[in-house]
Amino acid sequence: MQPVEQRDEVEMLSLMLLIRRFEERASQQYQAQKIGGFCHLYIGQEAVVTGAVAAVRPDDYVITAYRDHGHALARGTSANACMAELFGKETGCSRGLGGSMHFFDKRHHMYGGHAIVGAHVPLAVGLAFAIKYRGEGRVTLCFFGDGAINQGSFHEALNLAALYRLPIIFICENNLFAMGTSVKRSTSLKQIVDRAEGYDIPGEVVDGMNFREVRDKVAEVADSIRKESHPAFLEVRTYRYRGHSMSDPASYRTKEELEKYRLDDPIIRFRAQLTREGKLTNEQFDQLDKRAKETVLASVKFAEESPELPAEKLYDYVYFNGAKP
Amino acid sequence: MREITYRQALNEALAEELERDPNVFLMGEEVAEYQGAYKVSAGLLQRFGPKRVIDTPISENGFAGLGIGAAMVGLRPIIEFMTFSFSLVAFDQVVNNAPNMFMMSGGQFNIPITFRGPNGPAHQLAATHSHAMENFYASVPGLKVVTPATPRDAKGLLKTAVRDDNPVIVLEAELLYSSKGMVEPPDEELLIPLGKAEVKREGSDVTVICYAQTVPLALKVAAQLEEDDISAEVVDLRSIKPLDERTIFGSIAKTHRVVIVEQDHPFCGVGAEICYRIQKNIFDALDAPILRVSQKDVPMPYNEHLEHAVLPNAEKLVTAVKQVCYA
Repeated sequence: MQPVEQRDEVEMLSLMLLIRRFEERASQQYQAQKIGGFCHLYIGQEAVVTGAVAAVRPDDYVITAYRDHGHALARGTSANACMAELFGKETGCSRGLGGSMHFFDKRHHMYGGHAIVGAHVPLAVGLAFAIKYRGEGRVTLCFFGDGAINQGSFHEALNLAALYRLPIIFICENNLFAMGTSVKRSTSLKQIVDRAEGYDIPGEVVDGMNFREVRDKVAEVADSIRKESHPAFLEVRTYRYRGHSMSDPASYRTKEELEKYRLDDPIIRFRAQLTREGKLTNEQFDQLDKRAKETVLASVKFAEESPELPAEKLYDYVYFNGAKP
Repeated sequence: MREITYRQALNEALAEELERDPNVFLMGEEVAEYQGAYKVSAGLLQRFGPKRVIDTPISENGFAGLGIGAAMVGLRPIIEFMTFSFSLVAFDQVVNNAPNMFMMSGGQFNIPITFRGPNGPAHQLAATHSHAMENFYASVPGLKVVTPATPRDAKGLLKTAVRDDNPVIVLEAELLYSSKGMVEPPDEELLIPLGKAEVKREGSDVTVICYAQTVPLALKVAAQLEEDDISAEVVDLRSIKPLDERTIFGSIAKTHRVVIVEQDHPFCGVGAEICYRIQKNIFDALDAPILRVSQKDVPMPYNEHLEHAVLPNAEKLVTAVKQVCYA
C-alpha cells in the first residue's frame, strides 16, 4: 500500500501549468496537422484532476473519458509520452494506437482514456469491484463529464456500485456543456448531484476552479471510503475555455460567459492564494511557467523524432498471446 | 468416462475453475440464489459463497462492463448472459470495450474475461429471444468465439476459455442443455484448445460442416444418408474464431463436396466466411458448388410451423447434401 503523499502545493500549481501549456501546444500542433483524429482540450478544468489526484495515493485507480490529457499528466505520465501519443508514435503512452482519446498508463494506474460517453463508468465500477474483492484499501476515481449522466451505462453503474458498496468516487466534471448542448437542455434535474441521491449515494457540489476545495473534498471522501467501503459522488463545477474538440468554435455560448470564467481561472486563483500566503513569488511563478513551456516544447521534439509502430507488428496488439486467429 | 448432461458438464467446468483460481468469479442475472435461469450454476453459491457467485440486477451493459473493468486489473470474470439475445443490450461493452482495450492501450491491458450463456433459436421464443450471435461476435477482432455441441466439448472449451488471457464468447446451445454425452471423470483435467474442430463422424463422399445445435442434426442426417449410400463426414467446428481451416480443408481434400449447416442468418453468416476460405485455398479440390443451410433471412416468427420453416432441419440438409453429391 502506498500512502497518500502530502503533495507540495507549489508543485501542484506547477502541474496545472504543465497541463495548460501542454494543451496549448497540442492545439497548435493539431492546427499544424501533426495530430490527427479528435482532440479535446482540458484548458480551464486543470484544478479538478490536479486537486483530486493530490488527495489520493499513487496506486489508487484513475479512469476517465476522452478529455484525458490532463488526467494522464496529473497521474505522472510524462509530457513526452503524452505528446508522442498525440503524434501516433510508438513512444506514446498507448504506443500511438489509442490517440488523444485513449491515454493509458498502467504503471501510473491510469486506466484510460475512454471515448464512448458513459461506457467507462461500468469499467470504473469493475476496478472498484476488484479492490473490494481483494480486500485492498484502494479507491477508484472515476471522472466523466456532464454529458455522461444521461447515458444508460452511467445509471446501471451507479446502481451496481451502491448495491455492492464499492470503493469509488464518481467525479462529474460539470463544464456545463455536453459537446454543444448545455446541461439545461440535456438534464431534467436542477443540479446534477441529485442524480446520486436516486441511488442512495452521498453527493456533494464542489467548486472545480478551486484546487484546494477539490483536493480537500476528495481527501475527505477517500478517507471515509477507506474506513468503510462505499461509493460517493462529487459534482465538480468547472468550465472549459475551448470548444468541445478542436473542430468546435463553441458558438453556442456567449463571449461574456467565457470571460466570466476566465476571470475565475483556476491557475490565476491558486497562484494568487499562494502569493498572498507568501508561499510563491512572482519570480518563482515565472520560473515554473518557463519550465512547463520548456518541458512541453521538448515533448514536441521528442514526439517528432520518435518512430512509428511498423505495420508488421499490428497483430501483436489484437490478442494477448500475439496469435493471429 | 461417464455420461452426463451438457448442463452438468458446464456446471463442472465452472466449479473446477472457481476452485482452481481465486481470481475467477461468476456474475450474472439469477446465477446465485435462483441457481441459474437454466440451472447451469446450480449449487455454486452454496459451494463458493456470495463473494464468488454474484447475482446482478437486470443491467447487462452495467455488469458486462464491471467484468471488463475487473479484468483490467487481473481478475478473471465469467459473465453469464441469461441468453445471448440479451447480450445485445451490452453490445457496446462486449464489442467496444473488451476486445479493443488491448490494442487501444498499446498492449498494456489484456482482458481475460469469459462471456457465456445460451445462444441460438430455442423453441417458439420469437424474434427478440432467438438470436444466434456467432457471426456478429466472430466479426470483431480481439474476440474469440466457441460453440460447443457436446457435453465433453462444453466442459473442455469453457475451462479453456476461462484460462484464456483474452475475451472469449462461449455460446452454449440452449436446446442441448439436457442432452447427454460421455465426459472424462471429474478428477481428470479436461481442456480442449480453442480453434480446433473435430471430425465427429468420418465419411468419404461429402463434408458436412456444422457447430452447436446443427451438430446433432448433421449426425442424424449422416446416419440417414447411409441408406442412400452417401457417406457423410461431419466436421464440428467447435470454435468459430479462431477457425480451424486445417481440419476443414483436410476433410474436403478427401470428400470434394461441402455443405455448411449453420444456425445463424445467411447474409454475412458463418458459412459465408467459410465458403470464401474454401474457394480461396482449395478451389481445385471441389467437385461441386458449396451449399449452405441456415435460417431464412427473416426475423424469427413465433408460430411453430413458421419457425420450423425458418430453421435448418433434416429435410433441408438432406436435400442440400444430395444436391452437392448429384444424387
